[in-house]
Amino acid sequence: MATAISVKNLGKQYKIGAAETKFRYNMLRDVIVDTVSAPIRLAKAMIGKSDRRTNQNYVWALKDVSFDLEEGKVLGIVGRNGAGKSTLLKILSRVTEPTVGTVSVRGRVGSLLEVGTGFHPELTGRENIYMNGAILGMRRAEIDSKFDEIVDFSEVTQYIDTPVKRYSSGMYLRLAFAVAAHLEPEILVVDEVLAVGDAEFQKKCLGKMGDVAQQGRTVLFVSHNMSAILRLTQEAIVLNKGQMLLRAPTQEAVDFYLSSGQAQAGQRDWEVEDVPAASAPFRPISLRIKNRSGKVVDTVRSTESVIVEFEYQLDAPVTGLRVGFYLSTMRGEYVLTSFDTDAPNLFEKFDSRQAGRFISRAEIPADIFNEGRYTIGVNASSFGVRRYFMDENAIAFNVDISGAPGTHWPEPRVGPVRPRLNWKIEKIDN
Amino acid sequence: MTQISKVPAHEPTTVYIKPSKGLAALNLRDLWIYRELIFFMVWRDVKVKYKQTLLGMAWAVIQPVMTMLVFTFLFDRVAKLPTEGVPYPIFSFTALLPWGLFVVALNQGSRSLVAHNNMVTKIYFPRLILPMSSVFAGLVDFAIAFVILIVLMFYYQVAPAWNLLWTLPLFLLLAIITALGVALWLSAINVQYRDVNQALPFLTQFWLFATPVAYSASVISEKWQVLYFLNPMAGVVNGFRWALLGIGNGPDITLWVSTGISILIFISGLFYFRSMERTFADTI
Repeated sequence: MATAISVKNLGKQYKIGAAETKFRYNMLRDVIVDTVSAPIRLAKAMIGKSDRRTNQNYVWALKDVSFDLEEGKVLGIVGRNGAGKSTLLKILSRVTEPTVGTVSVRGRVGSLLEVGTGFHPELTGRENIYMNGAILGMRRAEIDSKFDEIVDFSEVTQYIDTPVKRYSSGMYLRLAFAVAAHLEPEILVVDEVLAVGDAEFQKKCLGKMGDVAQQGRTVLFVSHNMSAILRLTQEAIVLNKGQMLLRAPTQEAVDFYLSSGQAQAGQRDWEVEDVPAASAPFRPISLRIKNRSGKVVDTVRSTESVIVEFEYQLDAPVTGLRVGFYLSTMRGEYVLTSFDTDAPNLFEKFDSRQAGRFISRAEIPADIFNEGRYTIGVNASSFGVRRYFMDENAIAFNVDISGAPGTHWPEPRVGPVRPRLNWKIEKIDN
Repeated sequence: MTQISKVPAHEPTTVYIKPSKGLAALNLRDLWIYRELIFFMVWRDVKVKYKQTLLGMAWAVIQPVMTMLVFTFLFDRVAKLPTEGVPYPIFSFTALLPWGLFVVALNQGSRSLVAHNNMVTKIYFPRLILPMSSVFAGLVDFAIAFVILIVLMFYYQVAPAWNLLWTLPLFLLLAIITALGVALWLSAINVQYRDVNQALPFLTQFWLFATPVAYSASVISEKWQVLYFLNPMAGVVNGFRWALLGIGNGPDITLWVSTGISILIFISGLFYFRSMERTFADTI
């Protein structure tokens, strides 16, 4: 069988720390010097002589990665955030260039993360299908021949000549997905970590991916969801800090990944180098999702309370600090925001904190969440003064709804919350 | 491989991905493969531009005509600038045609990469398409304005120069090359330094004063002529007047200076753009 993808000694270097220098203004003099020298820096940068060695750090997001993938194989890629998974996919889909190494790719590469790219709200559904198809590299004749199929699949036939700005978000996503799904690339890359949409929509994506794999096309699949990796791939590679640790049959690779302690299921750890210098004196250590019995988990039950535990270090005393989290759906809709000093008594006691190690722990009561995947973002700030640290996408977890209200009807329910409401039914005639 | 044969328009080809060194090859082949995307982008820009406006396409008429009227009042009625025997409205409108095209390139083209950052960070396509289609979209407004010029020439009974049939396309090409060259430089710089966004309004205004749109290039004294024509738009505008109205001195040293600068900006812009292209997705 022919080789679909051949990756040799691939490496990608990114520049980091450019932002840090911005926070180093200690004196007005520095600011003035910096402002005056800005045009000189611009000129230097433009002729390619940027001050590489002076104050910028480089980091290898991907290093020495080599593998071959035969046509028709489905390869899983696992690794924690920042392991280089997305960088690898971006290089394969030619969005960004590698720093070293080569890749040869046989056939067109399509990805489900480009869903809706180039959609213009003012254009109609029909016009956007053509526009989006062209952006994804489809010929006009090809779009013509698949047009009816795309419209049928998207279930928006009635509104096909309406500007998409009048669409509901569900219709918009369905149409966008329909175009991407009909691209029929020889190689499909799926980054589930970046996938948009609700649980229902993500299921549809995975279903489509399964179909594609069954038709004998090559698929690269990135996910944090080990059960999806196990179900959909035969082989997987494990990435850690940009390097490929292992390539093995999926079961073996997943076992290795889970046992090597890199798995982040239910826990997010920050290494010292992951934290921007501008966060000082605040330094996040770890964020954990725990179930009622105190076990760190990736999936919680809707019918039980959930503990969100944030551990951090203060390298100096801080006044007015509040540490908390945002909770949002995978679609990016916020569900709630909460801080550890929201309660007046805690506010009085912990408004000023000594240096040292702290844990802020919140219990989210039972019967809150609907089924699906939720994201927690963390924030440590002094109100109106300064934001020390923020990570909008610190960790994600799944919610299982077995036993939740209404689950005797096997139907998905809309909305991010599924509370147990106090219903009463009265008969009011005789 | 039966499922591939279902896709008649596309044969699997092998793509080699490797770091491009130095001045990257121009990769015109990819540009050709994606030619339909250029068409779609231009079509989209034109289609969307006047959506949800009361006057719609009329804006393409109103803008140059209003500018021409203001210029006529200020520079003809008040300042009484010399126009080499041509009615001032025609004199300025002829220059406003290529100038309008250039302004679109300067403003839309320079912002094109940043404005489409979701495309740039998500999918591969030749990035040259973005500034190119912004400039080409300007051609539609140009065509509309050109019709108005014809109407104006009938009204003022100004006869066109006989050689316009072959000179005008050449000067239009020069205008496109100039506009695209500047758009290539500025759009690539804008990816990294948003200073371009801040500089654009000022740059547009400054450039208008430095170009003989409202006035005749003949008011510049002899010894400054060559220096003045280092501004490539000066050559384009003068060329348009010469091609359409037969005024000015036609192809001479000043035109060659301007044309040389235009080509220099265009070629260097292409290479600069291509060499920056590989990091667009990382820095945007």
